[in-house]
Amino acid sequence: MARVKGRLDRFKALLEEFYVSPYRGALARARREEDDLFMLFVFAELMGVPNPAAYYTLELQPLLLERFHEWHQRQGMAHSPLDGFRCC
Amino acid sequence: MNAAVLAVIGLTMIFLGYRFYSKFIAEKIYQLDPDFVTPAHAQRDDIDYLPTNRVVLWGHHFTAVAGAAPIIGPGIAVIWGWLPAFLWVVIGTMFFAGVHDFGAVWASVRNKAKSVGSLTGDVVSPRARTLFMVVVFFLLMMVNAVFGVAISDAFQETPSSVIPAWTAVIVAVIIGVLIYRMHVPILWPTVVGTVILYAVIYLGEAVPISLSAGSFGLPVGAQWILILFLYAGIASLLPVWLLLQPRDYINGIQLFVGLGLLYGAVLIANPTIVAPAINPDLPASAPPIFPLLFVTIACGAISGFHGLVGSGTTSKQLNKETDARFVGYLGSSGEGALALVAIIAATAGFASLADWQVMYSEFGNGGMAAFVQGGARVVASGVGISEQFAATLLTVMAVLFAGTTMDAGVRLQRYIVQEWGTIYDIPALQNGYVATGMAVTACLLLAFGAGGASGEGGMLIWPLFGTTNQLLAGLTLMVISVMLVKLGRPVRYTLIPMVFITVAALGAALVQLMTLYREGGILYPLLWIDVAIVLLAILVMLEASSAFLRERRAAAAGAAA
Repeated sequence: MARVKGRLDRFKALLEEFYVSPYRGALARARREEDDLFMLFVFAELMGVPNPAAYYTLELQPLLLERFHEWHQRQGMAHSPLDGFRCC
Repeated sequence: MNAAVLAVIGLTMIFLGYRFYSKFIAEKIYQLDPDFVTPAHAQRDDIDYLPTNRVVLWGHHFTAVAGAAPIIGPGIAVIWGWLPAFLWVVIGTMFFAGVHDFGAVWASVRNKAKSVGSLTGDVVSPRARTLFMVVVFFLLMMVNAVFGVAISDAFQETPSSVIPAWTAVIVAVIIGVLIYRMHVPILWPTVVGTVILYAVIYLGEAVPISLSAGSFGLPVGAQWILILFLYAGIASLLPVWLLLQPRDYINGIQLFVGLGLLYGAVLIANPTIVAPAINPDLPASAPPIFPLLFVTIACGAISGFHGLVGSGTTSKQLNKETDARFVGYLGSSGEGALALVAIIAATAGFASLADWQVMYSEFGNGGMAAFVQGGARVVASGVGISEQFAATLLTVMAVLFAGTTMDAGVRLQRYIVQEWGTIYDIPALQNGYVATGMAVTACLLLAFGAGGASGEGGMLIWPLFGTTNQLLAGLTLMVISVMLVKLGRPVRYTLIPMVFITVAALGAALVQLMTLYREGGILYPLLWIDVAIVLLAILVMLEASSAFLRERRAAAAGAAA
């Protein structure tokens, strides 16, 4: 029984590798590009580049409001700690 | 002739080729070294460069190279009789394809996993590299056009395959989401997806789909081709994890299931080959067997496309240099096995010689249709399912292979157009949508120009596709040969196949010039594509001889000093 299970596990691992390996590079590159963009947003202002994301995130406010409210309550803050985020 | 005997003889010969000839090539010619540090280790980045299990790599090489082409090519080429096609597939796999694929992996591994295109620039000349890129562009354009026409024909021929074939796209997307987004372990999506794929065939039979002629003022073939290219364009723009990756995977599974099913059925049903060994009653449209046989069957005997696969991804993941033999040679042997069973289906799956002759009343007929019709008969009598069900099953399988190649082909062409945009600084071409639009338009024009839309030109474009494919194989063999001269090793094992295949390609292109002129006159678009191929073939030969002589002289001068 253990031998059958071992074989099945090896087969699953082989199948997994068969699925993943041809596109590992393409997916990793796409992820790396997203990460690079993220880093740029995080460090843009430190490098003297105006951060467009800061402005555009205003548009996200209505979408984030509810999640933000739940989050700050979970963190032990009864009211919104941010002036710009008046959820409650 | 008994089909099971033929299958056993063919498979045994291919196996002997792997067992003995590839061993000889590995030890004496490429001289593989188990201690050589492969790029997967030396340049390891865990993204592109990563040592990978050789069985997985073999599976990839095999499933990437074996698709619709080794089905369609032999399906057309048996018009000259089963014997020439059989001999070319078996001998081609043993002495041409194996050495070529294996060599492409080896050459790339020995050169920091560079692609054959880059190697052509380094080893031969920058001019040869440009030539290589042009041949690749032609090849991709033809691959997409030819498979667009083939799928359109298959949908018209077997309307019950329409729903199952498109369901496969939905199944692939669901598998992609389950695995990538929801992290479901792979086994269950694989099993359930495969079962759904086969179960939907019943639905396809209950609800066959036929487009009505004249919608939008277009014949049915043209409508399908338009739909297919629209789909391929959209598919090539989607993230790879959503469609391309799961589709490739499903295809791989289908290939193993299909091969098992077909060979199992041949061995159980043991049908008799009704086609003649050498066809004495060739239709007037049939071109001379030499050189056309050697371009009609490209994939399945030798195909330049394999070099792109071997040197593109395989070489970056090879754990040990000695694995190149298993991955490259045995990978191409798998494709030879598929071509072999396609020959058997297209020659033994008919009730009588007269039936077979009806199918092969004209050159370019047969192809996928003969594989489906003949294969269905063999599978039905071997496995005990209905002939109609088997026909739908085989059509879906072949359509899936061709469809995936189209998706990937359009995507690759988009990259080429975007690269041109960067090189020549044209921002519009760098845009993904513009580049995809251009790629799709070029292929559509070719498919329509070839007469595929009306169904009249049909597979006239097929030998042109094979010719371009063989030119690419010639270029890859040239790179390997020049490398061998530089290393002072015997070159005849790669040089003879190179000369043979390039001469055959040039000869075929010249023969087709006359055929195409007869078909469509001086303004026929395919005629001008053929003219370009003739020029390319001549340039390849000139480049090859100049590079070869240069290295020979350098080697002689080195020896004298």
